[in-house]
Amino acid sequence: MKVEQISVFLENKPGGLEHVTRVLADADINIRALSLADTSDFGILRLIVNDIDLAEKALKGEGLTIKRSHVVAVEIPDRSGGMLSISKVLTENNINVEYAYAFVEKSGENAIIIFRFNDIDAGIAALIKNGFTVLSGEKVYRL
Amino acid sequence: MIFNEEFETLPREALEALQLKRLQQVAGRVYHNVGFYKKAFDEAGVTPEDIRTLDDIKRLPFTTKKDLRDNYPFGLFTVPMSNIVRLHASSGTTGKPTVVGYTQRDIVTWSGLMARSLVAAGLTKNDIIHNAYGYGLFTGGLGVHYGVERLGASVIPMSGGSTKKQIMILQDFGPTAICCTPSYALYLAECGEGMGVDMRSLRLRVGIFGAEPWSENMRQEIEDRLGITALDIYGLSEVMGPGIAIECAEGRDGLHVFEDHFIVETINPETGENVPDGEEGELVFTSLTKEAFPLIRYRTKDISRLMKEPCRCGRTHARMARISGRSDDMLIIRGVNVFPSQIESVLLGIEGLEPHYELIVDRDGTLDTLEIRVEMSGDIFSDEIKSLQKIEKRITKDIKDYLGVTAKVKLVGSQTLKRFEGKAQRVIDRRII
Repeated sequence: MKVEQISVFLENKPGGLEHVTRVLADADINIRALSLADTSDFGILRLIVNDIDLAEKALKGEGLTIKRSHVVAVEIPDRSGGMLSISKVLTENNINVEYAYAFVEKSGENAIIIFRFNDIDAGIAALIKNGFTVLSGEKVYRL
Repeated sequence: MIFNEEFETLPREALEALQLKRLQQVAGRVYHNVGFYKKAFDEAGVTPEDIRTLDDIKRLPFTTKKDLRDNYPFGLFTVPMSNIVRLHASSGTTGKPTVVGYTQRDIVTWSGLMARSLVAAGLTKNDIIHNAYGYGLFTGGLGVHYGVERLGASVIPMSGGSTKKQIMILQDFGPTAICCTPSYALYLAECGEGMGVDMRSLRLRVGIFGAEPWSENMRQEIEDRLGITALDIYGLSEVMGPGIAIECAEGRDGLHVFEDHFIVETINPETGENVPDGEEGELVFTSLTKEAFPLIRYRTKDISRLMKEPCRCGRTHARMARISGRSDDMLIIRGVNVFPSQIESVLLGIEGLEPHYELIVDRDGTLDTLEIRVEMSGDIFSDEIKSLQKIEKRITKDIKDYLGVTAKVKLVGSQTLKRFEGKAQRVIDRRII
């Protein structure tokens, strides 16, 4: 029930994001979701793509520093209080969120939230136990 | 004024006769007491008895920082530890520092030379001296301190840091002279002005500045902002510490090397051949009177030139021009000696880091800044910001712990720093001094 994400190191300077996205476009990679985290010096671009192996090969081929890691995708109805219901479960189970980002499905009915937990397995177990829909990687890559 | 009129104004002929006698003594002493020197002399095919004229010094082998490192910590001392009363240390080119030792008499000699320096700068026993050189393993703080006491003036043992407190003491204690690095003098001026203090109206009239390279422009600026006479002092811990050479207030044209205690030469750093007076070369010092840790022909890597014409102050001792550069890659950052190789060994000590780095040295206002750019590698990259910040903090802390300088660490993309086929050029020094 884990989703694989690819992260790219970016220096904080103009052109960095363009470079990465151009490499992905040239390799015909489709980005499903992304988040860009930044500090004063550097940024981390986190991506979920349709073909992670191909994306890794293309980015590495350009000398970029990348890392593959696992995150959790949770589907919730796109309405008020949706996020609250998840965070409540996380608090009750003492799960720490390292970071999260969200997007809305094409149909517009559901939102998908990508989480990075301190303990990924405990996070998934707690969400499933409380009736949340945790999406498989295959499903997210094909969205 | 001259502190030791007899020796500081010896006619050159008498001075050189004294140097020869002392050179013969010290060469004999190191040859018979230190295995390293015996071997080095033997390999060079020379014995102490071969020294018949001062010019014969050229037959003696050089001593380098590497030799000091190879004999770390006490291997080159000529006396047993029971005779050593003090140890100091300076940066080595790698992790280990260079250690120097002093006997009781060495401390007396050093204090005397420092007292000479203070008097050459126009100070007397009636002066109050604010000593902002660092106290500790660095020779600057204690070297100046003992010299002031030897002269009979008053010393304020400030050491470095606590700049606001320093400004308060400059106002309240009314020191008439200050000793520190030239960039710290400017920093004090800047902070004082920022606090609304009229730095020109303090009682300060003389500043003695050293431990880092500076220029006539900086001198002008320090003199204008602090309303003082600024003089250059030279020393390095391996040879003794501060007080090896000083500019006199009367001449202000080169630093008098106290030649009754040191022989100074300038050499071509490539060939090791001596260069004529007046020409630039690497300074080489032989200490003539040190008991615990005499050095024979120590290569300083500092570039200067020598002048032997008489000076208007009356001293007969040769003068060396302001240091114009280095023949190696040593950097001086806020008075601290830093070798790129030291930074490299700190980086390599951190798991996952690759030795691709670049050092950017700059000056922010009056203070030197060091930025270390380190290439990101697959091993340390993480999708979490806090792990990358942890690496940056770890590097900053290790650099501070091992080298004593504060650096700003910046992670950069992999393969973005230049690669070198020959000698690596990892330092970008943007300081204009």
